[in-house]
Amino acid sequence: MYFNVFGEKVSRRRFKEMCDAAKNRRELIAAGLTSRRDLMRMGLLTAGGMLVAKSGLSARAQTLTPNPNPTGPSVKTNQPPSSGSNTSLGTNQNCVPGNQLASPKTRAFIQPLPIMPIARTVPSLTPAPTENPNLSAGEVRAAPFQAPQIDATRFPVVPGILYQFNQRQFTTSFSPDLPNQTIWGFDDGTGTRSPGPTYQAFYGKPQLTRNINSLPSITQSNNTGFGMASVSTHLHNGHTPSESDGNPCDFYTNGHFCDQYYPNVLAGFNSTNPPNGDINESLATLWYHDHRVDFTSQNTYKGLAGFYCLFNQLDTGDETTGFHLPSFPQFDIPLLFNDKVFDPNNGELVFDLFNLDGILGDKFLVNGVIQPFLQVSPRRYRFRLLDTGPSRFYEFFLTGNIGGTSSPTTNPFFLIGTDGNLIPVPIQINSVRIGPAERVDVVIDFTNFAGQTLYLENRLNQINGQGPVAQDSQIPAPIDNNNTECTLVLASNTPAIKPAGAGDLILQFQVTGPKVADHSLPPSQQKFYSLPSTTASPRVVRTFKFDRLNGQWSINGQFMDCNTFRFTVQQNSVEHWLLTNLTGDWTHPVHIHLEEHQILNRNRLAPTLPADRGRKDVTQLHPNERVELFFRFRDWLGKYPIHCHNVVHEDHAMMALWHVEPTGDTVKVP
Amino acid sequence: MHDISRRKFLSLSAAAPLAPLVAGPLAAGVLGSTAFGTTSTSPAAALTMSEKARRRIQQQHLPNIPLINHEGKRVLFYDDLIKDKAVALNFFFANCDEICPLVTANLARVQKLLGNQVGRDIHMYSFTLKPEEDTVSAIRQYREKHGAGPGWTFFTAKPGDMEMIRKAIGFSYPDPAIDGDKTQHIGNIRYGNEPLMLWSACPGMAHAQWIAETLEWMVHPEQNRVQAP
Repeated sequence: MYFNVFGEKVSRRRFKEMCDAAKNRRELIAAGLTSRRDLMRMGLLTAGGMLVAKSGLSARAQTLTPNPNPTGPSVKTNQPPSSGSNTSLGTNQNCVPGNQLASPKTRAFIQPLPIMPIARTVPSLTPAPTENPNLSAGEVRAAPFQAPQIDATRFPVVPGILYQFNQRQFTTSFSPDLPNQTIWGFDDGTGTRSPGPTYQAFYGKPQLTRNINSLPSITQSNNTGFGMASVSTHLHNGHTPSESDGNPCDFYTNGHFCDQYYPNVLAGFNSTNPPNGDINESLATLWYHDHRVDFTSQNTYKGLAGFYCLFNQLDTGDETTGFHLPSFPQFDIPLLFNDKVFDPNNGELVFDLFNLDGILGDKFLVNGVIQPFLQVSPRRYRFRLLDTGPSRFYEFFLTGNIGGTSSPTTNPFFLIGTDGNLIPVPIQINSVRIGPAERVDVVIDFTNFAGQTLYLENRLNQINGQGPVAQDSQIPAPIDNNNTECTLVLASNTPAIKPAGAGDLILQFQVTGPKVADHSLPPSQQKFYSLPSTTASPRVVRTFKFDRLNGQWSINGQFMDCNTFRFTVQQNSVEHWLLTNLTGDWTHPVHIHLEEHQILNRNRLAPTLPADRGRKDVTQLHPNERVELFFRFRDWLGKYPIHCHNVVHEDHAMMALWHVEPTGDTVKVP
Repeated sequence: MHDISRRKFLSLSAAAPLAPLVAGPLAAGVLGSTAFGTTSTSPAAALTMSEKARRRIQQQHLPNIPLINHEGKRVLFYDDLIKDKAVALNFFFANCDEICPLVTANLARVQKLLGNQVGRDIHMYSFTLKPEEDTVSAIRQYREKHGAGPGWTFFTAKPGDMEMIRKAIGFSYPDPAIDGDKTQHIGNIRYGNEPLMLWSACPGMAHAQWIAETLEWMVHPEQNRVQAP
């Protein structure tokens, strides 16, 4: 029996290839292309004798040994020679794609889940916000506020709710087993943190945020190795006027700011459903993140992201009113997921700057710490799950009985929202898949788990930036004697979904304490919004082909250009957008600003997955797919982007800008 | 549409920046003149975080490999081409008849747009994917055919060395079958400001005007950008 670095069975032929590759590498060092001294001189070998994992020279092949227990949850393989044992409970993802070395060992479930505080308002801003950009004060904004021009009484230039967010560099800890990390975060006046403070916003109450760039000057040469201290903060899924949207092409450096006006108004308020819009189009779980063109992946990885929860008279945040959803923030908890890599030698956060495909980490963070635990009472909770990428997709299961005498269990829970939009009725599910920038809202009932420990487990198999492993695919193990990186040793018959307990245990729920009051309704008795009709005829059907041309990420054969607007949507019109992906092996999470959409069909068939049937702002475009979306572009004018939200693809030009104007065009393939 | 002139905007916004500003907790100086690419004796613990990060990038992505330029001069990749510079890197080969001529012609337009910044503020480098057949005279002829001006240098090397550079800067595919097919080679431009550790990439076939602007942002990152909605 032969095994690869995943502990999976491989053929004898494949194993021989892997061993040959390791031998080649040793020969290379001993006598081949370059001497050991040459490798050192070229910076490919560190003083400690470890080969820098680049250039197709793998440090992994040496440690391959047949694994006596390939299916157990505690199996650890693929240890780089000098990084020590990576025995973090529940993280089997020790193989870091992109030819990077695995992170140092960290312990799991020893830190409580941080819960981001609710953002603090300020009584006033100095100088006061102005309708036109206040250039002399250092403001960088593309245009005057649109909302006060529509109704200055309803949307005053200085609304009643004001925030001042300074983006700053600060030091924090992701794990007691790693050194403190210098990253970037948001300071609402109570201290800098990442993820940033959570906005608690309400429909009908417009608000304004002064986003100040107080990051270190770029030219001070105090960079920690990645990140561009030049920012543009986007409110993801906001029905936001373009000047306040956080466009990737409007960015500003240290000492400048942008006042961003968030009207907190339903789409259609000034068009299809005046004066207040249709309650069925309410948004709930939004997020904010940096969107600087070409540097979004680095800047969000470095910490510039946070939640924006939007409430209304039904989704109140109070379980005794409205929909009776668990109360915010005590029982309604935002969870921000990301995966990161740390230097195996000194434990510092690293980012693969030279990657074009997508970046995966081997450490899983929730709300800014690695594998935390959360103590919950035996009652219902609402969780708002957000995948901030850069490039990883997750399929979350609620797993129990880890480490027990019998097999791990899979426990159902309820899906209540897709991309922050409550679906018509909760759907009981065993798992839910989300990709970069997507959100799902779920309700988990811990009532019957008192005294037990459960886990949010990612069982999705993903080995590189291409996206999840295709459903039970037969991926041939490629032949490359000089390269045994983990991206290339996928055996055939790799399952899309790992067995229970064999995935990544990311968040631990400790169900403790006595039964407490729960005024929330059981999801099975709940009913939320109706889906808006999608029967209106489109003014135009536009096609967007997502492709890779000689390694260049493209939309309709063209590339991101801040000076080029590809097409013009007519304000308040209906359009269908066809997203196509004929590449065969890449999944693109496609995000469109300004308006949410509904998926009409995938490859001409009605969507079947529960998470596909709600209102969305990111749609996963799978290999060989053609997805048709329904849009109404309402109320606001100006510039917006469409882009892939695998932020590495986005930063390498898989984005296009377009306009909304009173008169639109009918360009079908922009 | 009434675009705010970028220069006008910059002059306005630069006039009165917000004050006081909070400086970052770090006050790391730039890396000294020690070329860690050659020999380095200073222990890692003595380096600032910024210096360590810069060294990590060099070790993983910017090997100090010998190359020969179109004039037959021998240079080292990191020490002579990258260190302390803002650069734009791409790959080509002389008898390539698909993507290379398009990208090279596009880069010639970029060079014209950047004018005398090339060679002074920004260094343009093109590396052959077929060093086994692209001799010094072949890359010199290719360079002249495409009208490359001063500051845009073409390179060949030992085949194995060139492959090492290509993979080190991330211009490879996960699928080795595609990776080995030179007609499908990565057509991007890897750009970076080495001392500031600003690195990204853009398509070689993007609009020349936007590539030129992107490269200028990297050289002058302390500028703002805004345009009408």
